[in-house]
Amino acid sequence: MSPLLHVDNITKRFGGFVALDGIDLEVQPGERLGLIGPNGSGKSTLVNCICGTLQNETGRVQFDGQKLDGLAAHQRTHRGVARSFQLPRPFHSMNLVDNLRIPLLYTVHARVGPLRSTGDLDARCLELLEMVGLAKKATQMPRDLTQVEMRKLELARAVAAEPKLLIADESMAGLSHSEVNDILALLLRLNERGITIILIEHIMSAVMSFSQRLAVLVSGKKIADGKPEDVVRDPEVVRAYIGQ
Amino acid sequence: MNRVNTAKFALITIAVGALVMAFAHWMHVDYLYFASYTILQFIVLATAWNILGGYCGYVNFGSAAFFAMGAYSSVFIHKFHPLPVPVLIVIGGIVSGMVGFGMGYLTLRLRGSFFAIATLALAVVLQTLVVNWDFVGGSRGAYIIRPEELEFAGITVNYIEYLFALMLLLTVIALVTARTIERSQLGFGFATIRDDELAAEASGVPTLRLKLIATSLSGAFMGMAGAPFPYYIGYLQPSSAFGLEYAVNSIAMPMIGGTTSWVGPLVGAVLLGSAQQYATVTISSAVNLLIVGLMLVAFVIIAPNGLVGLVQERLRAWRRPS
Amino acid sequence: MDISFSLIINAIAAGLLLGGFYAAVTAGVSISFGMLDIVNIAHPAFIILGSYIAYFFNANYGVDPILVSIIALPAFYALGAAVYQVYYQAFERRGQESLRGLAFFFGLLFVTEVSLILVFGVDYRYVEAAYIGPSIHIGVIDVPLRMVVPCVVSLLLFGAIQLFVTRTFIGRAIMAVSQDQMALQLMGVDPIKIKRVAFGISIATAAVAGALLIIIQPVEPSVGREYIGRVFAICVLGGLGSMPGTLIAAMLLGVVESLTSTFYGPSWAPAVAFGLLLLTLAFRPAGLLGR
Repeated sequence: MSPLLHVDNITKRFGGFVALDGIDLEVQPGERLGLIGPNGSGKSTLVNCICGTLQNETGRVQFDGQKLDGLAAHQRTHRGVARSFQLPRPFHSMNLVDNLRIPLLYTVHARVGPLRSTGDLDARCLELLEMVGLAKKATQMPRDLTQVEMRKLELARAVAAEPKLLIADESMAGLSHSEVNDILALLLRLNERGITIILIEHIMSAVMSFSQRLAVLVSGKKIADGKPEDVVRDPEVVRAYIGQ
Repeated sequence: MNRVNTAKFALITIAVGALVMAFAHWMHVDYLYFASYTILQFIVLATAWNILGGYCGYVNFGSAAFFAMGAYSSVFIHKFHPLPVPVLIVIGGIVSGMVGFGMGYLTLRLRGSFFAIATLALAVVLQTLVVNWDFVGGSRGAYIIRPEELEFAGITVNYIEYLFALMLLLTVIALVTARTIERSQLGFGFATIRDDELAAEASGVPTLRLKLIATSLSGAFMGMAGAPFPYYIGYLQPSSAFGLEYAVNSIAMPMIGGTTSWVGPLVGAVLLGSAQQYATVTISSAVNLLIVGLMLVAFVIIAPNGLVGLVQERLRAWRRPS
Repeated sequence: MDISFSLIINAIAAGLLLGGFYAAVTAGVSISFGMLDIVNIAHPAFIILGSYIAYFFNANYGVDPILVSIIALPAFYALGAAVYQVYYQAFERRGQESLRGLAFFFGLLFVTEVSLILVFGVDYRYVEAAYIGPSIHIGVIDVPLRMVVPCVVSLLLFGAIQLFVTRTFIGRAIMAVSQDQMALQLMGVDPIKIKRVAFGISIATAAVAGALLIIIQPVEPSVGREYIGRVFAICVLGGLGSMPGTLIAAMLLGVVESLTSTFYGPSWAPAVAFGLLLLTLAFRPAGLLGR
């Protein structure tokens, strides 16, 4: 089976600083991949290169059999790659419903044509908010949300784009134990529906219970990639990350 | 207010415009025509600026350049064969729109601040080109003799009134366009660019395409406002066409009025424009510009959402029972 | 052939001297835009203010303009710090710097220019000093001292800033704040204070640049606007925040402008800087020495 996402020898530099050094990564359709590593190891940079927010200097990114290189971020979202931002970036001049309306209007409609009336759009937005537990705050503004609620909004907005691949970048930071489980359950449900998920997290319990495969990034290099129980016992991984 | 659809709104503005027109005709004071024409011009410029500046968050410092290009395309064509002013307006719009598109294409991939600096650069480059171009008068300027009156379907109309009516129509079109955009999917997309361009891209918004639409539309309206200007004023000089008051007013009026809706530029242009007409006549034009500058700085610091924003806050506080 | 050669050589020499001066003019914006990411398009207004202050004390009290500017340094520094404080409170803190911050500086530029018109009028003003007038001759090259002195002072100023930024603690903190504000905070340094100091220094350079400007050419309030394009063209061409890049770009611009002026006439000179800026932004926004 050909991989859904194929990252081939990606390098990204910022001036003299090498953020990503020849990263290779494959994600199979329907897989649940966990991506871990210390802060500054390049996880978010990798996400940015996959999603088109940054352009990699060398290497290729292939998604669903097609090259993504050179495509703008919005085109990649149209192709089916969605991400949540590590630091939430809501549209602060709109309420929550309108925040979710944007990906519906600009991604889903762009793909399949405007099938929905305004009423249906609103219903879908509320459905998405319900999914992350924010339905009661539907008409409020992002500035009225807590940090945790903003992360949930980030996730909802990514899901609204009906992606084939969802990259969740530290959506669980600061959540309580039960909230973490809620998000995990949500991600599992999405995965059961066929959405491939890359989970980037520091919460090891969540990563271990969720991931079918685990990859580890340290200082811009991938040092491990395999079954979670094997990876966490890899001495290099323990030294670089888990042992801290 | 939200239930008023576009067609109704267009009719309302046309009705208001017709009333203004009738009033001006009845008063028949030439100075009033001139003053009102100037204010209408500013409404169009402010509304045009706001489409890119207020809705998308990209500042254009070169409004005077787009305005002047509309004016100078009229001069250029006039030297060959004078065309009716409505045609010149369309041409001015196309010319300025294309320049807006071209410049946007070159610089909109960069940060907003680079775009703003580029617009400043564009204004100076264009002014230098015009100053050195003798065909359109260069730095000496160009005269355009306008006819006294115009025959239209058997009715003789005073030419000034004719220009005034055209500018009124343009103002209506600009306001209707701005309002329609605001409420449409396009307006939504513009707002995401203003709020967080990176997140907009990630959500599937084609930001470059939308920014180019905004820049072209904004430039086009400014050019359209400039096209009748040489006929209105009779004598066109680069220093007046590229004048600083256009640059500062097209920014000050929307920022003071309020940038988030079509109402702001209208309010800002009417209030500030009238105040300036008054000040220029009673005090001096330099002091008048100083006051505009000071008000811009003050409003930008104290009332970031402009007068419209202040009113909205007042209404919200009044509606919420404490 | 001979005449045109000497014409070219003189144009290049004048251009290099002009370029040195442009470097000093741009040094302030290198700090505010290159390092602090603040688009202070009002910087030329502060320069013109410096010119007029030099003019005032030179015309009324006979003080050397460069001396005036050095005495005015603390006042300009304080002005810069105050302006930054307002900018920070009103815009940076609220995340509004892109739209409203720009409008704010544009307003300042405007208010300064119009105020100067009201106070001094639109006549050209100039200063008098011992080195304004005589020229020195080196072979076929004929350079007026009023170009040489500002160039020398500019290079000294530029060198001083470069040393400051690389050798002193505050200077290095300024470089650091442009790269990683968070890290600086974790080290116990207040980034806002550092930025305030940097901006103050940026405006202080305008005092000196202004005095040098009025030595080189007569000044009237709208001259500032020509410099907006020059300053940002040099900054962008040289690569933001790179002082050596700024110097090279300044020299390059000076020479191109000088050659254009000599062979096509001075009315084309403003278009050079701004045209260069547009081209750079369109095709190589990272600058000549860009990463």
